[in-house]
Amino acid sequence: MLPTPRTAHVDYDRIYEPAEDSYLLLDTLAKRSERDFLRKRFPRNSPSPVVLEIGTGSGVVLAFATAHANHIFGRSDVLTIGTDVNPFACVAALRTVELAVSEANTAGTSTGFCLGCLEADLATPFGGHAVDVALFNPPYVPTEMVPTAPGDSSVATPFERESQLLALSYAGGVDGMEVTNRLLDQLPGILSRRGVAYILLCAQNKPAAIARRINDASDDWVAQVVNSSGKTAGWERLSILRIWRT
Amino acid sequence: MKLLTLNFLTCARKTCKSLPAAFPLHPREAELEQVETDMNAALIKNILPRLEWDAMKTVTTELGLPNLPAETPAPEDLATADGEPSQTLKDLHVLLMDTAVVSGKLVCGNCGHEYAVKEGIANFLLPSHMV
Repeated sequence: MLPTPRTAHVDYDRIYEPAEDSYLLLDTLAKRSERDFLRKRFPRNSPSPVVLEIGTGSGVVLAFATAHANHIFGRSDVLTIGTDVNPFACVAALRTVELAVSEANTAGTSTGFCLGCLEADLATPFGGHAVDVALFNPPYVPTEMVPTAPGDSSVATPFERESQLLALSYAGGVDGMEVTNRLLDQLPGILSRRGVAYILLCAQNKPAAIARRINDASDDWVAQVVNSSGKTAGWERLSILRIWRT
Repeated sequence: MKLLTLNFLTCARKTCKSLPAAFPLHPREAELEQVETDMNAALIKNILPRLEWDAMKTVTTELGLPNLPAETPAPEDLATADGEPSQTLKDLHVLLMDTAVVSGKLVCGNCGHEYAVKEGIANFLLPSHMV
């Protein structure tokens, strides 16, 4: 078992607390089948992979990917970077990465290299097919609407602003898919030719239907559910969809 | 934010994204810092083939940093004859791994929009009328 990054410094009044969904992403990256897939796709001595986590929250996933790059990719020359709309999350995530990296170094493990965390809406500042691995634990809960992003700081009080930031971390709009659909639209522009994305979905997002939609839309992309958790009466509550260029 | 990040970023506006003028973003009034990190020769070697070298040169020139070689250094330039890290490798390590932007602005060469960097965190959120 790889150690889970420490997040005791994270203020959960302002930042999404790591939960079953976050841990399912960690479990997926540590899984034998995914490690084999990633190692084959990014063999040693090929150009260093760039890993982007979209919506880092506490940074637990970004820190895991950075600190355990060697275990996951079989190489430590891996660059990582995060985005979040929540500036508090950006600061907390960098601290989470720093702690996990120093813990790994103390244990004698070489780690990946984190470039930073940007305050951004999804992957909008990335271009030129720069990203090799995108990780996304989206706001996937079906809600009536998605709160507006904090581009204009028009929200009145700090309390309202914090509530809005927290709501942005889970509220997914129609089918819980409004934000994820926006990211799916961005993927062809940000992912490299060897690009792959891991996206967490809940049952209400209809992961099988989304995979079918992607597989039917083009021969250039493949989507497949590669992990799941929380089985109740044959329904997986959460799944991880892997989407990659063929 | 490490300076190297600029090699992967463009203007966040949809209308700029695909235009050559939106890359790289231009640092203005930038305060840089250098935080010493462990040398990882494999990382430098394997980053080089995926760097947009001309963009790197533009950014370092604009920041008044030492000039980069005209072309991307070759793998054999990274070690001396006796297998020690070459000066080129050491310089690249300082530039790519150690150097970070702490504050300032990142400006799009197409639309002129300025993205603020504060305490090492760049803000790419756009007001809704600019998305």
